[in-house]
Amino acid sequence: MTAPAQQHYNYAYLDEQSKRMIRRAILKAVAIPGYQVPFASREMPLARGWGTGGMQVTAALIGPSDTLKVIDQGADDTTNAVSIRRFFSRVAHVATTEKTRAASVIQTRHRIPETPLSAGQIIVYQVPMPEPLRKLEASERETRKMHGYGEYGLMHVKLYEDIARYGHVATSYDYPVAVAERYVTAPSPIPKFDNPKMNMSPALQLFGAGREKRIYAIPPHTRVRSLDFEDHPFTVQRWSTPCALCGTTKTYLDEVVIDDRGGRMFVCSDSEYCEERREAGHAGAMLASAEAMKLVDARQPEDAP
Amino acid sequence: MYVAVKGGEAAILASYDLLAETRRGNPSVPELRLAQIREQMGTAVARVMSEGSLYDADLAALALKQAQGDAVEAIFLLRAFRTTLARFGSSEPLDTSTMRVRRRVSATYKDLPGGQVLGPTYDYTHRLFDFTLGEESAATPEARPADAPLDAVMARVPDILGQEGLLEVEQPAAGDPAPTDITRDSLSFPAGRDVRLQTLARGDEGFLLGLAYSVQRGFGHNHPFVGEIRLGEVAVEFTPEELGFPVDLGDLTLTECQMVNQFAGSKHVPPQFTRGYGLSFGHAERKAMAMSIVDRSLKARALGEEVVYPAQQEEFVLYHSDNVEAAGFVEHLKLPHYVDFQAELELIRRIRAERAAHAQGATMPEAAE
Amino acid sequence: MDQPLAAGFTDAVLESQEAFRHLLDALSHPGRIERLGGALTPPPGLTPAGAALLLTLADYETPLWLAPGLGAPVADWLRFHTAAPLAQQPAEARFAVLTGAPGEPELAAFPAGDDLYPDRSATVILQCAGLEGGRPVTLAGPGIPDTRQIAPAGLPAGFWRQLALNNRQYPRGVDVVLAAGSSIIGLPRSLRLETAQGAL
Repeated sequence: MTAPAQQHYNYAYLDEQSKRMIRRAILKAVAIPGYQVPFASREMPLARGWGTGGMQVTAALIGPSDTLKVIDQGADDTTNAVSIRRFFSRVAHVATTEKTRAASVIQTRHRIPETPLSAGQIIVYQVPMPEPLRKLEASERETRKMHGYGEYGLMHVKLYEDIARYGHVATSYDYPVAVAERYVTAPSPIPKFDNPKMNMSPALQLFGAGREKRIYAIPPHTRVRSLDFEDHPFTVQRWSTPCALCGTTKTYLDEVVIDDRGGRMFVCSDSEYCEERREAGHAGAMLASAEAMKLVDARQPEDAP
Repeated sequence: MYVAVKGGEAAILASYDLLAETRRGNPSVPELRLAQIREQMGTAVARVMSEGSLYDADLAALALKQAQGDAVEAIFLLRAFRTTLARFGSSEPLDTSTMRVRRRVSATYKDLPGGQVLGPTYDYTHRLFDFTLGEESAATPEARPADAPLDAVMARVPDILGQEGLLEVEQPAAGDPAPTDITRDSLSFPAGRDVRLQTLARGDEGFLLGLAYSVQRGFGHNHPFVGEIRLGEVAVEFTPEELGFPVDLGDLTLTECQMVNQFAGSKHVPPQFTRGYGLSFGHAERKAMAMSIVDRSLKARALGEEVVYPAQQEEFVLYHSDNVEAAGFVEHLKLPHYVDFQAELELIRRIRAERAAHAQGATMPEAAE
Repeated sequence: MDQPLAAGFTDAVLESQEAFRHLLDALSHPGRIERLGGALTPPPGLTPAGAALLLTLADYETPLWLAPGLGAPVADWLRFHTAAPLAQQPAEARFAVLTGAPGEPELAAFPAGDDLYPDRSATVILQCAGLEGGRPVTLAGPGIPDTRQIAPAGLPAGFWRQLALNNRQYPRGVDVVLAAGSSIIGLPRSLRLETAQGAL
């Protein structure tokens, strides 16, 4: 055996047999909403835990007519998002965009875009720990039984213990949901702020966990309920200040430390949404100073083709 | 002050250049050639091949060079390449009883047919530096041939024990079905022996070593004896569908360890020693030994032993032994997590504010609602 | 075989990607008619849609059960292009093609998975005369905003009863794809029939 001088990779990196295997898993996932389908996760040229599950799902989906958006922490420009987007424009010759509205496939880590998703779009979540019960029960044999027989008492006990101790459910991200009133499912580590966006979404939601070798799905128009109690209904995060750049009060905010004297600034986590608002003329309290210091672009140029 | 994270792509490209420069080191020092790594870093190459699940010394050498000697990174490179290779089928089972032995030791018998063969081993080197290796032109070492050639074929010690019925018999399942391929099927539990052995064979040497050690120290019930360790070359054969008979593809260098453990028995089966099995590419005794101890330890449930220690717990061992997965997940913590951290901040501030308000209310009842 | 086999996909990578996306859409939107592109001309008896789905998804890992009426040319064509082994029994199949002819096995004959692994189940392609013009049936469930009405034509007697039984064992069950010409309708196990049993 000798090392090939130049390796030639298949379209979208994965070989066709691997794609078929992943496609079959995706289809079963769609037919059983919220159920984690085991799949023969492939080694990807990116580290396990860095989005290999999402990448395998995207690689199995994507075609030349797609437009791909990749975000990490809500932003298109975080390095891992850039790296994954580069990968697909290289191996799948696919158009990329930062515009949520223009994307046919959105691969994400930790956020759902603020712009509501629309029919025909597919959002692919990168999932580190697909098993919502894992922190309560380490054994896969046991958790599989709990899902199989719909026995979720342990999860409710855990949530209630949190309320007894803290007055709140102490889970602020990866907050468990019931999908189509059957499977308790991990929404991936999105902040619970994003959970309501999953409910009855017109978009197809696919979840890929590469290291844990699971794929699951939420079809469009499917009920997704965040677990809660009558006396402690589910609530999402709120901020007392609007976005410092675009002035909105409707989004999830990142906290940015601006000096070493406790100064803070809160800005939209979804960078594209924030830019779109600024382009439309909205301004937050600190936008002028940020622009003057060239810390944000006054206008965001379109992606190069 | 806030800096919008732009220019990520430029930063990534620059990091590639910096990495290449760092990898090369001082350019006045001659660059390593792959043949040098392959020939002179043989055990590192063997580990990368074993845990990378691909027997290709040239690629393993390339991986080590590209990874600056980082074994886990090199294993990852080899795996990511392996996954793109077409799969033609399964080879015929390797028959290690036909191994052309270069080293073979047994701790259970003083002497045996074929003898103890020390071969190339660090075992009895004193760990004193050989400073001549640091000199530019050390003399080419040459080993003196033995007075008589080694036996062409040596019986495996467990086979000798087996003749007496003293060792548990291990037979392929009915019909000798093709083994599960763990790179093409995800784990499910209880896992078959084929799945266990494949997982351990590509498991991290350090992790298995620690587990094996824990078994010896009392976090386990086994008292292992090295039945045999053998190192040498074994032919690998493949039967192409269109030919219908096996074709010799070449030789693999392998290290095999069969560990004999304290006996088990029942009312119906007379007591027998039990076996743990380890196999690795190249010369890798530590890995093969650790693997064989852990393999035996994982038989606990099947042998009716109480499962209490980490090395006996199948899910614990099999899910956590893969260093590519483990390294990826541990290291992914360097990726940004500020969205989740913000969620935690919001929650902890809210709980603290509520506590403070509650405490204030308790001291000033008139302020309460 | 005297005749050379008819061609499969001309660009397997892109045509299978496209067919997969149509099937994904069909199962994500149960009841919605999806028209597959491409210009396959499989042997008589096999619909272009059914052919495209199997070329996209079947391989040596997925035993395929074919209704006896499909005949040897269809079996030869599929084996050549997909390398899928032919299942001797419905219970061994991962994919199946039914034509609706009398005497074909019911849905319950195909693997439905088990409680722990409901994904280990078959996908059944049922070829029918048309996806419109039949008796209307109302569906609900994941993928359907409220309810959706479909009216496929030429389904075997008792089909809707079988489908209702299939849903009753959820999450176990088979997933059904209706195929007529180049068009498909997805009927995943998760969907419920809103039309009363007696009316079917």
